[in-house]
Amino acid sequence: MPKIKYAILLMLFLLPALAPALEPPTDVKLTDAPNDDGSIVIMEWQPSPSENEPGFMGYNIERSMLPNDSFQMIAWVPKGAVEHEDNSVEAIGRNHYYKVVAINQNGDSAVSAVAGPIATTQSWFNTGKLNTLFGTFLFIAITLLYIYWARKGKLFIRRISGLDAVEEAIGRATEMGRPILYCNGIGLIDSISTVASLNILGQVAKKTAEYDTPLTVPTADPVVHAVAREMVKEGYKSVGRPDLFKEDSVYFITQDQMGYAAALAGIMVREKPATNFFMGYYAAESLVLAESGAATGAIQIAGTDQISQLPFFITACDYTLIGEELYAASAYLSKEPLLVGSLKGQDACKLIIILFVLLGTLAALIFRSDLIYSLFSIH
Amino acid sequence: MKKNIPMAIVFVLGVAFIIQFFIPSRPSQVAFNTMIEWDLIIYVFASVIAVDSLVRHHILKISRKSRGWGYSLVYLGAAVFMILAAVFSGTREGSFYMKVFNYALAPMQATMFAILAFYMASASYRAFRAKSTEATMLLISAFIVMLGLIPQGAAIWSGLPKLSEWLMLVPNMAAKRGITFGIGLGITATSLKIILGIERNWMGGH
Repeated sequence: MPKIKYAILLMLFLLPALAPALEPPTDVKLTDAPNDDGSIVIMEWQPSPSENEPGFMGYNIERSMLPNDSFQMIAWVPKGAVEHEDNSVEAIGRNHYYKVVAINQNGDSAVSAVAGPIATTQSWFNTGKLNTLFGTFLFIAITLLYIYWARKGKLFIRRISGLDAVEEAIGRATEMGRPILYCNGIGLIDSISTVASLNILGQVAKKTAEYDTPLTVPTADPVVHAVAREMVKEGYKSVGRPDLFKEDSVYFITQDQMGYAAALAGIMVREKPATNFFMGYYAAESLVLAESGAATGAIQIAGTDQISQLPFFITACDYTLIGEELYAASAYLSKEPLLVGSLKGQDACKLIIILFVLLGTLAALIFRSDLIYSLFSIH
Repeated sequence: MKKNIPMAIVFVLGVAFIIQFFIPSRPSQVAFNTMIEWDLIIYVFASVIAVDSLVRHHILKISRKSRGWGYSLVYLGAAVFMILAAVFSGTREGSFYMKVFNYALAPMQATMFAILAFYMASASYRAFRAKSTEATMLLISAFIVMLGLIPQGAAIWSGLPKLSEWLMLVPNMAAKRGITFGIGLGITATSLKIILGIERNWMGGH
Protein backbone atom coordinates (compact mmCIF):
# COMPACT_ATOMS: atom_id res chain seq x y z
CA MET A 1 0.00 0.00 0.00
CA PRO A 2 2.69 2.57 0.88
CA LYS A 3 4.25 1.88 -2.55
CA ILE A 4 1.00 2.84 -4.33
CA LYS A 5 0.79 6.02 -2.23
CA TYR A 6 4.34 6.98 -3.21
CA ALA A 7 3.61 6.25 -6.87
CA ILE A 8 0.52 8.53 -6.85
CA LEU A 9 2.46 11.34 -5.14
CA LEU A 10 5.26 10.99 -7.68
CA MET A 11 2.78 11.14 -10.57
CA LEU A 12 1.14 14.27 -9.15
CA PHE A 13 4.59 15.84 -8.80
CA LEU A 14 5.64 14.95 -12.34
CA LEU A 15 2.32 15.69 -14.07
CA PRO A 16 2.92 19.43 -14.64
CA ALA A 17 6.33 18.62 -16.05
CA LEU A 18 4.75 16.22 -18.51
CA ALA A 19 2.18 18.83 -19.73
CA PRO A 20 3.26 20.72 -22.86
CA ALA A 21 5.15 23.91 -21.96
CA LEU A 22 3.53 27.29 -22.68
CA GLU A 23 5.12 28.80 -25.77
CA PRO A 24 5.68 32.52 -26.28
CA PRO A 25 4.44 34.63 -29.18
CA THR A 26 7.07 35.27 -31.83
CA ASP A 27 8.11 37.82 -34.42
CA VAL A 28 7.01 40.94 -32.50
CA LYS A 29 7.09 43.91 -34.88
CA LEU A 30 6.91 47.57 -33.88
CA THR A 31 5.82 50.48 -36.06
CA ASP A 32 5.65 54.17 -35.23
CA ALA A 33 2.05 55.20 -36.07
CA PRO A 34 1.91 57.75 -38.86
CA ASN A 35 -0.02 61.05 -38.57
CA ASP A 36 -0.02 61.20 -34.79
CA ASP A 37 1.46 63.29 -31.99
CA GLY A 38 4.18 60.71 -31.33
CA SER A 39 2.26 58.85 -28.65
CA ILE A 40 1.32 55.72 -30.63
CA VAL A 41 3.28 52.55 -31.34
CA ILE A 42 1.59 49.79 -33.35
CA MET A 43 2.58 46.25 -32.32
CA GLU A 44 2.05 43.06 -34.33
CA TRP A 45 3.09 39.49 -33.46
CA GLN A 46 2.67 35.88 -34.42
CA PRO A 47 0.38 34.18 -31.89
CA SER A 48 1.71 31.66 -29.37
CA PRO A 49 1.42 28.05 -30.66
CA SER A 50 -0.15 27.28 -27.23
CA GLU A 51 -3.22 29.43 -27.98
CA ASN A 52 -5.38 26.41 -28.75
CA GLU A 53 -4.54 24.65 -25.54
CA PRO A 54 -7.06 24.76 -22.70
CA GLY A 55 -6.50 27.46 -20.12
CA PHE A 56 -4.75 29.88 -22.46
CA MET A 57 -5.90 33.39 -21.54
CA GLY A 58 -4.11 36.08 -23.53
CA TYR A 59 -1.10 38.36 -23.58
CA ASN A 60 0.39 40.98 -21.30
CA ILE A 61 2.06 43.83 -23.15
CA GLU A 62 5.16 45.14 -21.41
CA ARG A 63 7.24 48.21 -22.16
CA SER A 64 10.56 49.58 -21.02
CA MET A 65 13.03 52.26 -21.98
CA LEU A 66 15.90 49.81 -21.33
CA PRO A 67 16.44 46.63 -23.37
CA ASN A 68 16.95 44.22 -20.46
CA ASP A 69 15.32 45.79 -17.41
CA SER A 70 12.40 47.73 -15.92
CA PHE A 71 9.68 46.25 -18.12
CA GLN A 72 6.23 47.26 -16.91
CA MET A 73 2.88 45.88 -17.96
CA ILE A 74 0.93 48.50 -19.93
CA ALA A 75 -1.96 46.48 -21.34
CA TRP A 76 -3.62 43.07 -21.54
CA VAL A 77 -5.17 41.63 -24.70
CA PRO A 78 -7.25 38.45 -24.90
CA LYS A 79 -6.22 35.37 -26.88
CA GLY A 80 -6.72 35.67 -30.62
CA ALA A 81 -5.26 39.18 -30.72
CA VAL A 82 -2.27 39.61 -33.02
CA GLU A 83 -1.86 43.37 -32.71
CA HIS A 84 -2.06 46.15 -30.16
CA GLU A 85 -1.90 49.93 -30.33
CA ASP A 86 0.04 51.46 -27.45
CA ASN A 87 -1.19 55.05 -27.31
CA SER A 88 0.49 56.00 -24.05
CA VAL A 89 4.03 56.80 -25.18
CA GLU A 90 5.11 60.04 -23.56
CA ALA A 91 8.83 60.34 -24.30
CA ILE A 92 8.90 61.26 -27.99
CA GLY A 93 12.17 60.47 -29.78
CA ARG A 94 13.46 58.14 -27.02
CA ASN A 95 13.98 54.42 -27.42
CA HIS A 96 11.31 52.04 -26.19
CA TYR A 97 11.39 48.23 -25.97
CA TYR A 98 8.44 45.88 -25.89
CA LYS A 99 7.70 42.29 -24.83
CA VAL A 100 4.57 40.22 -25.34
CA VAL A 101 3.94 37.70 -22.55
CA ALA A 102 1.61 34.73 -23.08
CA ILE A 103 -0.42 33.86 -19.95
CA ASN A 104 -2.47 30.81 -19.04
CA GLN A 105 -4.90 30.02 -16.24
CA ASN A 106 -2.26 28.24 -14.13
CA GLY A 107 -0.34 31.48 -13.89
CA ASP A 108 2.38 30.26 -16.27
CA SER A 109 3.88 32.79 -18.62
CA ALA A 110 6.05 32.69 -21.73
CA VAL A 111 7.89 35.82 -22.74
CA SER A 112 8.62 36.76 -26.35
CA ALA A 113 11.97 38.10 -27.44
CA VAL A 114 12.48 41.80 -26.69
CA ALA A 115 11.37 43.90 -29.64
CA GLY A 116 12.82 47.27 -30.38
CA PRO A 117 14.17 49.78 -29.97
CA ILE A 118 11.60 52.11 -31.43
CA ALA A 119 11.54 55.89 -31.08
CA THR A 120 8.33 57.67 -31.99
CA THR A 121 8.15 60.90 -33.94
CA GLN A 122 5.37 63.46 -34.10
CA SER A 123 3.90 64.44 -37.46
CA TRP A 124 3.54 68.04 -38.53
CA PHE A 125 0.93 67.28 -41.17
CA ASN A 126 -1.72 64.57 -41.17
CA THR A 127 -1.50 63.09 -44.66
CA GLY A 128 -4.66 61.07 -43.92
CA LYS A 129 -6.60 64.34 -44.06
CA LEU A 130 -5.30 65.38 -47.50
CA ASN A 131 -8.70 64.72 -49.06
CA THR A 132 -10.33 66.90 -46.37
CA LEU A 133 -7.83 69.67 -47.07
CA PHE A 134 -8.58 69.46 -50.79
CA GLY A 135 -12.33 69.53 -50.05
CA THR A 136 -11.94 72.52 -47.72
CA PHE A 137 -10.00 74.54 -50.31
CA LEU A 138 -12.50 73.59 -53.02
CA PHE A 139 -15.41 74.61 -50.80
CA ILE A 140 -13.81 77.94 -49.85
CA ALA A 141 -12.96 78.68 -53.51
CA ILE A 142 -16.50 77.89 -54.73
CA THR A 143 -18.12 79.88 -51.92
CA LEU A 144 -15.91 82.92 -52.57
CA LEU A 145 -16.66 82.65 -56.29
CA TYR A 146 -20.39 82.69 -55.66
CA ILE A 147 -20.04 85.61 -53.22
CA TYR A 148 -18.22 87.50 -55.99
CA TRP A 149 -21.05 86.70 -58.45
CA ALA A 150 -23.67 87.63 -55.85
CA ARG A 151 -22.10 91.07 -55.50
CA LYS A 152 -22.47 91.56 -59.26
CA GLY A 153 -26.06 90.49 -59.64
CA LYS A 154 -29.04 88.82 -58.07
CA LEU A 155 -28.83 85.08 -57.51
CA PHE A 156 -31.88 82.86 -57.37
CA ILE A 157 -32.46 80.82 -54.24
CA ARG A 158 -35.31 78.34 -53.89
CA ARG A 159 -38.21 79.18 -51.62
CA ILE A 160 -38.12 77.72 -48.12
CA SER A 161 -41.67 77.67 -46.80
CA GLY A 162 -40.59 77.55 -43.17
CA LEU A 163 -38.67 80.79 -43.59
CA ASP A 164 -41.39 82.44 -45.67
CA ALA A 165 -43.68 81.76 -42.72
CA VAL A 166 -41.49 83.70 -40.29
CA GLU A 167 -42.92 87.08 -41.28
CA GLU A 168 -46.45 85.66 -41.35
CA ALA A 169 -46.00 84.20 -37.86
CA ILE A 170 -44.69 87.49 -36.46
CA GLY A 171 -47.60 89.33 -38.14
CA ARG A 172 -50.07 86.90 -36.58
CA ALA A 173 -48.66 87.50 -33.09
CA THR A 174 -48.86 91.27 -33.68
CA GLU A 175 -52.50 91.07 -34.76
CA MET A 176 -53.39 88.90 -31.78
CA GLY A 177 -51.48 91.15 -29.37
CA ARG A 178 -49.70 88.12 -27.93
CA PRO A 179 -45.97 87.50 -27.44
CA ILE A 180 -43.53 85.47 -29.53
CA LEU A 181 -41.54 82.74 -27.83
CA TYR A 182 -38.06 82.07 -29.24
CA CYS A 183 -36.13 79.02 -27.96
CA ASN A 184 -32.46 78.47 -28.79
CA GLY A 185 -32.47 74.86 -27.62
CA ILE A 186 -30.16 73.23 -25.10
CA GLY A 187 -26.97 73.47 -27.18
CA LEU A 188 -23.90 75.32 -26.00
CA ILE A 189 -22.38 78.23 -27.88
CA ASP A 190 -19.81 75.91 -29.52
CA SER A 191 -22.62 74.11 -31.33
CA ILE A 192 -22.98 75.59 -34.82
CA SER A 193 -26.74 74.95 -34.78
CA THR A 194 -26.96 77.25 -31.73
CA VAL A 195 -24.97 79.90 -33.62
CA ALA A 196 -27.33 79.50 -36.59
CA SER A 197 -30.28 79.82 -34.22
CA LEU A 198 -28.83 83.03 -32.78
CA ASN A 199 -28.40 84.40 -36.30
CA ILE A 200 -32.11 83.80 -36.95
CA LEU A 201 -32.94 85.37 -33.57
CA GLY A 202 -31.20 88.55 -34.76
CA GLN A 203 -33.50 88.69 -37.80
CA VAL A 204 -36.61 87.87 -35.76
CA ALA A 205 -35.72 90.57 -33.20
CA LYS A 206 -35.51 93.18 -35.98
CA LYS A 207 -38.97 92.23 -37.23
CA THR A 208 -40.53 92.16 -33.75
CA ALA A 209 -39.01 95.58 -33.10
CA GLU A 210 -40.55 96.91 -36.33
CA TYR A 211 -44.00 95.53 -35.42
CA ASP A 212 -43.68 96.30 -31.68
CA THR A 213 -44.46 92.69 -30.78
CA PRO A 214 -43.31 91.34 -27.40
CA LEU A 215 -40.48 88.80 -27.73
CA THR A 216 -39.57 86.28 -25.01
CA VAL A 217 -36.26 84.44 -25.22
CA PRO A 218 -35.67 81.94 -22.39
CA THR A 219 -32.22 80.35 -22.63
CA ALA A 220 -30.60 77.17 -21.31
CA ASP A 221 -26.96 78.18 -21.28
CA PRO A 222 -25.24 81.18 -19.65
CA VAL A 223 -23.05 82.04 -22.66
CA VAL A 224 -25.93 81.61 -25.11
CA HIS A 225 -27.97 83.86 -22.82
CA ALA A 226 -25.33 86.62 -22.93
CA VAL A 227 -25.06 86.45 -26.74
CA ALA A 228 -28.85 86.22 -27.25
CA ARG A 229 -29.44 89.29 -25.08
CA GLU A 230 -26.91 91.33 -27.06
CA MET A 231 -28.37 90.16 -30.36
CA VAL A 232 -31.93 91.08 -29.42
CA LYS A 233 -30.76 94.43 -28.06
CA GLU A 234 -28.80 95.16 -31.25
CA GLY A 235 -31.76 94.02 -33.36
CA TYR A 236 -34.00 96.59 -31.68
CA LYS A 237 -31.29 99.24 -31.99
CA SER A 238 -30.67 98.55 -35.70
CA VAL A 239 -34.29 99.38 -36.62
CA GLY A 240 -34.23 102.52 -34.49
CA ARG A 241 -36.38 101.19 -31.62
CA PRO A 242 -33.95 100.66 -28.69
CA ASP A 243 -36.65 101.95 -26.31
CA LEU A 244 -38.78 98.85 -27.01
CA PHE A 245 -36.14 96.41 -25.78
CA LYS A 246 -36.96 94.99 -22.36
CA GLU A 247 -34.03 93.67 -20.32
CA ASP A 248 -36.09 90.85 -18.83
CA SER A 249 -37.34 89.58 -22.20
CA VAL A 250 -34.16 87.51 -22.59
CA TYR A 251 -33.49 85.46 -19.49
CA PHE A 252 -31.68 82.34 -18.39
CA ILE A 253 -33.74 79.42 -17.07
CA THR A 254 -31.62 76.37 -16.30
CA GLN A 255 -29.04 74.09 -17.87
CA ASP A 256 -31.09 71.07 -16.85
CA GLN A 257 -32.70 69.53 -19.93
CA MET A 258 -36.05 68.55 -18.45
CA GLY A 259 -36.12 71.60 -16.16
CA TYR A 260 -35.82 73.76 -19.28
CA ALA A 261 -38.61 71.80 -21.00
CA ALA A 262 -40.89 72.12 -17.96
CA ALA A 263 -40.27 75.87 -17.69
CA LEU A 264 -40.98 76.43 -21.39
CA ALA A 265 -44.13 74.29 -21.28
CA GLY A 266 -45.27 76.41 -18.33
CA ILE A 267 -44.58 79.66 -20.22
CA MET A 268 -46.54 78.37 -23.23
CA VAL A 269 -49.53 77.39 -21.13
CA ARG A 270 -49.58 80.55 -18.97
CA GLU A 271 -48.57 83.27 -21.43
CA LYS A 272 -50.07 81.64 -24.54
CA PRO A 273 -47.61 83.00 -27.11
CA ALA A 274 -49.09 83.28 -30.60
CA THR A 275 -45.87 82.03 -32.22
CA ASN A 276 -43.23 79.60 -31.02
CA PHE A 277 -39.80 79.32 -32.61
CA PHE A 278 -37.71 76.24 -31.77
CA MET A 279 -34.33 76.70 -33.44
CA GLY A 280 -30.99 75.08 -32.63
CA TYR A 281 -29.92 71.93 -30.86
CA TYR A 282 -32.64 69.78 -29.31
CA ALA A 283 -32.75 66.34 -27.75
CA ALA A 284 -35.54 64.41 -26.01
CA GLU A 285 -37.26 67.61 -24.85
CA SER A 286 -38.18 68.52 -28.46
CA LEU A 287 -41.49 66.65 -28.40
CA VAL A 288 -42.45 68.01 -24.95
CA LEU A 289 -41.97 71.53 -26.28
CA ALA A 290 -43.59 71.03 -29.67
CA GLU A 291 -46.64 69.17 -28.32
CA SER A 292 -47.14 71.69 -25.49
CA GLY A 293 -47.04 74.49 -28.04
CA ALA A 294 -49.42 72.67 -30.40
CA ALA A 295 -51.88 72.23 -27.54
CA THR A 296 -51.98 76.02 -26.99
CA GLY A 297 -52.81 76.61 -30.67
CA ALA A 298 -49.65 78.60 -31.41
CA ILE A 299 -48.14 78.69 -34.89
CA GLN A 300 -44.85 76.83 -34.55
CA ILE A 301 -41.68 77.01 -36.63
CA ALA A 302 -38.87 74.63 -35.74
CA GLY A 303 -35.39 74.02 -37.11
CA THR A 304 -32.70 71.63 -35.99
CA ASP A 305 -29.80 69.59 -37.32
CA GLN A 306 -30.57 66.72 -34.96
CA ILE A 307 -31.88 64.07 -37.33
CA SER A 308 -33.43 62.04 -34.51
CA GLN A 309 -35.57 65.00 -33.42
CA LEU A 310 -36.71 66.09 -36.89
CA PRO A 311 -39.67 63.65 -37.08
CA PHE A 312 -41.07 65.06 -33.82
CA PHE A 313 -40.84 68.63 -35.03
CA ILE A 314 -42.27 67.75 -38.44
CA THR A 315 -45.22 66.08 -36.74
CA ALA A 316 -46.00 68.68 -34.10
CA CYS A 317 -44.95 71.97 -35.76
CA ASP A 318 -46.47 73.91 -38.65
CA TYR A 319 -43.13 74.43 -40.39
CA THR A 320 -39.79 72.68 -39.91
CA LEU A 321 -36.39 73.72 -41.20
CA ILE A 322 -34.66 70.44 -41.99
CA GLY A 323 -30.92 70.31 -41.37
CA GLU A 324 -29.19 72.65 -43.80
CA GLU A 325 -32.25 74.95 -44.05
CA LEU A 326 -31.47 76.05 -40.48
CA TYR A 327 -28.08 77.26 -41.69
CA ALA A 328 -29.59 78.91 -44.75
CA ALA A 329 -32.10 80.89 -42.69
CA SER A 330 -29.91 83.87 -41.89
CA ALA A 331 -29.03 84.40 -45.58
CA TYR A 332 -32.61 83.79 -46.71
CA LEU A 333 -34.17 86.23 -44.25
CA SER A 334 -31.59 89.01 -44.64
CA LYS A 335 -31.31 88.68 -48.48
CA GLU A 336 -27.78 90.09 -48.13
CA PRO A 337 -25.88 89.36 -51.39
CA LEU A 338 -22.81 88.13 -49.53
CA LEU A 339 -24.81 85.65 -47.47
CA VAL A 340 -26.91 84.56 -50.44
CA GLY A 341 -23.70 83.97 -52.42
CA SER A 342 -22.38 81.65 -49.73
CA LEU A 343 -25.69 79.79 -49.80
CA LYS A 344 -25.36 79.22 -53.55
CA GLY A 345 -21.79 78.05 -52.99
CA GLN A 346 -23.12 75.54 -50.49
CA ASP A 347 -25.59 74.22 -53.10
CA ALA A 348 -22.85 73.91 -55.72
CA CYS A 349 -20.71 71.94 -53.28
CA LYS A 350 -23.62 69.64 -52.59
CA LEU A 351 -23.82 68.91 -56.30
CA ILE A 352 -20.09 68.14 -56.34
CA ILE A 353 -20.52 65.78 -53.37
CA ILE A 354 -23.33 63.95 -55.20
CA LEU A 355 -21.05 63.55 -58.23
CA PHE A 356 -18.20 62.28 -56.02
CA VAL A 357 -20.52 59.81 -54.29
CA LEU A 358 -21.69 58.48 -57.66
CA LEU A 359 -18.15 58.29 -59.07
CA GLY A 360 -16.78 56.75 -55.88
CA THR A 361 -19.53 54.12 -55.79
CA LEU A 362 -18.93 53.20 -59.41
CA ALA A 363 -15.14 53.13 -58.98
CA ALA A 364 -15.41 51.00 -55.83
CA LEU A 365 -17.73 48.57 -57.61
CA ILE A 366 -15.58 48.28 -60.75
CA PHE A 367 -12.03 48.37 -59.35
CA ARG A 368 -12.49 47.10 -55.75
CA SER A 369 -9.21 48.79 -54.87
CA ASP A 370 -7.98 49.99 -51.45
CA LEU A 371 -6.85 53.21 -53.12
CA ILE A 372 -10.48 54.07 -53.98
CA TYR A 373 -11.58 53.44 -50.38
CA SER A 374 -8.70 55.49 -48.95
CA LEU A 375 -9.58 58.41 -51.25
CA PHE A 376 -12.97 58.66 -49.55
CA SER A 377 -11.85 57.91 -45.99
CA ILE A 378 -10.89 60.49 -43.38
CA HIS A 379 -8.25 59.52 -40.81
CA MET B 1 -13.33 99.44 -33.36
CA LYS B 2 -16.07 97.75 -31.34
CA LYS B 3 -16.70 95.36 -34.23
CA ASN B 4 -13.29 95.21 -35.91
CA ILE B 5 -11.46 93.80 -32.89
CA PRO B 6 -13.85 90.85 -32.33
CA MET B 7 -13.84 90.17 -36.09
CA ALA B 8 -10.04 90.17 -36.17
CA ILE B 9 -9.90 87.78 -33.19
CA VAL B 10 -12.43 85.45 -34.86
CA PHE B 11 -10.54 85.53 -38.18
CA VAL B 12 -7.11 84.84 -36.66
CA LEU B 13 -8.33 82.08 -34.33
CA GLY B 14 -10.64 80.59 -36.98
CA VAL B 15 -7.81 80.27 -39.51
CA ALA B 16 -5.42 79.05 -36.80
CA PHE B 17 -7.79 76.25 -35.81
CA ILE B 18 -8.46 75.22 -39.41
CA ILE B 19 -4.67 74.78 -39.71
CA GLN B 20 -4.55 73.06 -36.30
CA PHE B 21 -7.03 70.43 -37.54
CA PHE B 22 -4.39 69.18 -39.98
CA ILE B 23 -1.46 69.21 -37.50
CA PRO B 24 -1.43 66.23 -35.12
CA SER B 25 1.80 67.17 -33.30
CA ARG B 26 1.84 67.68 -29.52
CA PRO B 27 2.21 71.53 -29.43
CA SER B 28 -0.80 71.75 -31.74
CA GLN B 29 -2.88 69.49 -29.45
CA VAL B 30 -1.77 71.42 -26.35
CA ALA B 31 -2.77 74.74 -27.97
CA PHE B 32 -6.18 73.32 -28.90
CA ASN B 33 -6.88 71.88 -25.43
CA THR B 34 -5.72 75.07 -23.70
CA MET B 35 -8.09 77.17 -25.79
CA ILE B 36 -10.95 74.81 -24.98
CA GLU B 37 -10.16 75.16 -21.26
CA TRP B 38 -10.41 78.95 -21.55
CA ASP B 39 -14.12 78.39 -22.12
CA LEU B 40 -14.42 77.90 -18.37
CA ILE B 41 -13.36 81.48 -17.64
CA ILE B 42 -16.02 82.81 -20.00
CA TYR B 43 -18.56 80.47 -18.40
CA VAL B 44 -17.90 81.79 -14.90
CA PHE B 45 -18.61 85.39 -15.91
CA ALA B 46 -21.56 84.41 -18.14
CA SER B 47 -23.08 82.38 -15.28
CA VAL B 48 -23.11 85.44 -13.01
CA ILE B 49 -24.94 87.45 -15.69
CA ALA B 50 -27.33 84.54 -16.35
CA VAL B 51 -28.30 84.00 -12.70
CA ASP B 52 -28.71 87.76 -12.28
CA SER B 53 -31.13 87.84 -15.25
CA LEU B 54 -33.12 84.92 -13.84
CA VAL B 55 -33.52 86.46 -10.39
CA ARG B 56 -34.37 89.87 -11.85
CA HIS B 57 -36.96 88.32 -14.17
CA HIS B 58 -38.79 86.64 -11.30
CA ILE B 59 -38.53 89.62 -8.92
CA LEU B 60 -40.03 91.81 -11.65
CA LYS B 61 -42.86 89.32 -12.17
CA ILE B 62 -43.64 89.28 -8.45
CA SER B 63 -43.46 93.06 -8.09
CA ARG B 64 -45.73 93.58 -11.13
CA LYS B 65 -48.05 90.78 -10.05
CA SER B 66 -47.85 89.41 -13.62
CA ARG B 67 -49.77 86.28 -14.58
CA GLY B 68 -48.34 83.27 -12.73
CA TRP B 69 -46.32 85.42 -10.28
CA GLY B 70 -46.95 82.77 -7.62
CA TYR B 71 -44.72 80.36 -9.56
CA SER B 72 -41.94 82.96 -9.47
CA LEU B 73 -42.33 83.14 -5.70
CA VAL B 74 -42.07 79.35 -5.47
CA TYR B 75 -39.02 79.41 -7.72
CA LEU B 76 -37.17 82.05 -5.71
CA GLY B 77 -38.13 80.35 -2.44
CA ALA B 78 -36.89 76.97 -3.72
CA ALA B 79 -33.64 78.52 -4.99
CA VAL B 80 -32.91 80.18 -1.64
CA PHE B 81 -33.87 76.95 0.19
CA MET B 82 -31.45 74.87 -1.91
CA ILE B 83 -28.62 77.39 -1.49
CA LEU B 84 -29.09 77.39 2.30
CA ALA B 85 -29.33 73.58 2.31
CA ALA B 86 -26.04 73.35 0.41
CA VAL B 87 -24.33 75.87 2.71
CA PHE B 88 -25.45 74.31 6.00
CA SER B 89 -25.56 70.59 5.19
CA GLY B 90 -22.89 70.35 2.49
CA THR B 91 -23.26 68.56 -0.83
CA ARG B 92 -21.87 65.14 0.10
CA GLU B 93 -23.87 61.95 -0.40
CA GLY B 94 -26.34 61.54 2.48
CA SER B 95 -26.51 65.27 3.28
CA PHE B 96 -29.88 67.04 3.51
CA TYR B 97 -29.11 68.84 0.23
CA MET B 98 -28.48 65.53 -1.58
CA LYS B 99 -31.64 64.03 -0.07
CA VAL B 100 -33.72 66.88 -1.50
CA PHE B 101 -31.90 66.42 -4.79
CA ASN B 102 -32.43 62.64 -4.91
CA TYR B 103 -35.97 62.49 -3.55
CA ALA B 104 -37.49 65.66 -5.04
CA LEU B 105 -35.55 66.96 -8.04
CA ALA B 106 -34.58 63.63 -9.62
CA PRO B 107 -38.19 62.24 -9.52
CA MET B 108 -39.45 65.51 -11.04
CA GLN B 109 -36.94 65.16 -13.88
CA ALA B 110 -37.97 61.52 -14.36
CA THR B 111 -41.63 62.57 -14.43
CA MET B 112 -40.98 65.09 -17.19
CA PHE B 113 -39.14 62.43 -19.15
CA ALA B 114 -41.97 59.94 -18.63
CA ILE B 115 -44.53 62.43 -19.96
CA LEU B 116 -42.78 61.98 -23.31
CA ALA B 117 -44.58 58.66 -23.73
CA PHE B 118 -47.97 60.42 -23.80
CA TYR B 119 -46.71 63.11 -26.15
CA MET B 120 -45.29 60.42 -28.40
CA ALA B 121 -48.67 58.68 -28.54
CA SER B 122 -50.49 61.89 -29.51
CA ALA B 123 -47.78 62.82 -32.05
CA SER B 124 -47.90 59.32 -33.59
CA TYR B 125 -51.67 59.56 -33.95
CA ARG B 126 -51.27 62.82 -35.86
CA ALA B 127 -48.35 61.59 -37.99
CA PHE B 128 -49.96 58.33 -39.02
CA ARG B 129 -53.29 59.72 -40.22
CA ALA B 130 -53.42 58.71 -43.90
CA LYS B 131 -54.40 62.12 -45.27
CA SER B 132 -52.16 62.07 -48.35
CA THR B 133 -50.14 59.60 -50.42
CA GLU B 134 -46.97 60.45 -48.47
CA ALA B 135 -48.73 60.03 -45.11
CA THR B 136 -50.15 56.69 -46.26
CA MET B 137 -46.66 55.52 -47.30
CA LEU B 138 -45.35 56.61 -43.91
CA LEU B 139 -48.13 54.74 -42.15
CA ILE B 140 -47.49 51.52 -44.12
CA SER B 141 -43.69 51.77 -43.60
CA ALA B 142 -44.11 52.40 -39.87
CA PHE B 143 -46.51 49.47 -39.61
CA ILE B 144 -44.04 47.13 -41.35
CA VAL B 145 -41.08 48.37 -39.25
CA MET B 146 -42.94 48.03 -35.95
CA LEU B 147 -44.41 44.64 -36.85
CA GLY B 148 -40.99 43.41 -38.00
CA LEU B 149 -39.47 44.24 -34.64
CA ILE B 150 -41.81 42.06 -32.58
CA PRO B 151 -41.99 38.22 -32.55
CA GLN B 152 -45.57 38.28 -33.86
CA GLY B 153 -44.28 39.87 -37.08
CA ALA B 154 -42.05 36.89 -37.85
CA ALA B 155 -44.92 34.56 -36.94
CA ILE B 156 -47.20 36.22 -39.54
CA TRP B 157 -44.54 36.15 -42.27
CA SER B 158 -40.90 35.13 -41.85
CA GLY B 159 -39.73 37.81 -44.32
CA LEU B 160 -41.20 40.67 -42.29
CA PRO B 161 -38.16 41.25 -39.99
CA LYS B 162 -35.89 41.39 -43.06
CA LEU B 163 -38.23 43.82 -44.83
CA SER B 164 -38.31 45.95 -41.69
CA GLU B 165 -34.51 45.93 -41.51
CA TRP B 166 -34.24 46.81 -45.21
CA LEU B 167 -36.58 49.79 -44.75
CA MET B 168 -34.42 51.08 -41.92
CA LEU B 169 -31.07 50.42 -43.56
CA VAL B 170 -31.76 51.43 -47.16
CA PRO B 171 -34.46 54.10 -47.80
CA ASN B 172 -34.34 55.49 -44.24
CA MET B 173 -30.53 55.54 -44.14
CA ALA B 174 -30.33 57.14 -47.61
CA ALA B 175 -32.58 60.01 -46.47
CA LYS B 176 -30.62 60.42 -43.24
CA ARG B 177 -27.29 60.54 -45.08
CA GLY B 178 -28.66 63.08 -47.55
CA ILE B 179 -29.66 65.31 -44.64
CA THR B 180 -26.29 64.72 -42.96
CA PHE B 181 -24.42 65.88 -46.09
CA GLY B 182 -26.50 69.06 -46.12
CA ILE B 183 -25.87 69.62 -42.41
CA GLY B 184 -22.13 69.12 -42.86
CA LEU B 185 -22.00 71.67 -45.66
CA GLY B 186 -24.23 74.04 -43.70
CA ILE B 187 -21.93 73.85 -40.68
CA THR B 188 -18.85 74.44 -42.86
CA ALA B 189 -20.48 77.33 -44.71
CA THR B 190 -21.70 78.99 -41.49
CA SER B 191 -18.27 78.62 -39.90
CA LEU B 192 -16.60 80.04 -43.00
CA LYS B 193 -19.03 82.97 -43.12
CA ILE B 194 -18.28 83.80 -39.48
CA ILE B 195 -14.49 83.42 -39.87
CA LEU B 196 -14.43 85.62 -42.99
CA GLY B 197 -16.69 88.20 -41.37
CA ILE B 198 -19.50 87.72 -43.90
CA GLU B 199 -21.94 86.66 -41.21
CA ARG B 200 -21.98 89.31 -38.48
CA ASN B 201 -25.33 88.64 -36.88
CA TRP B 202 -23.59 87.14 -33.84
CA MET B 203 -22.23 90.62 -33.11
CA GLY B 204 -25.70 92.06 -33.26
CA GLY B 205 -26.15 92.66 -36.98
CA HIS B 206 -24.31 94.45 -39.77
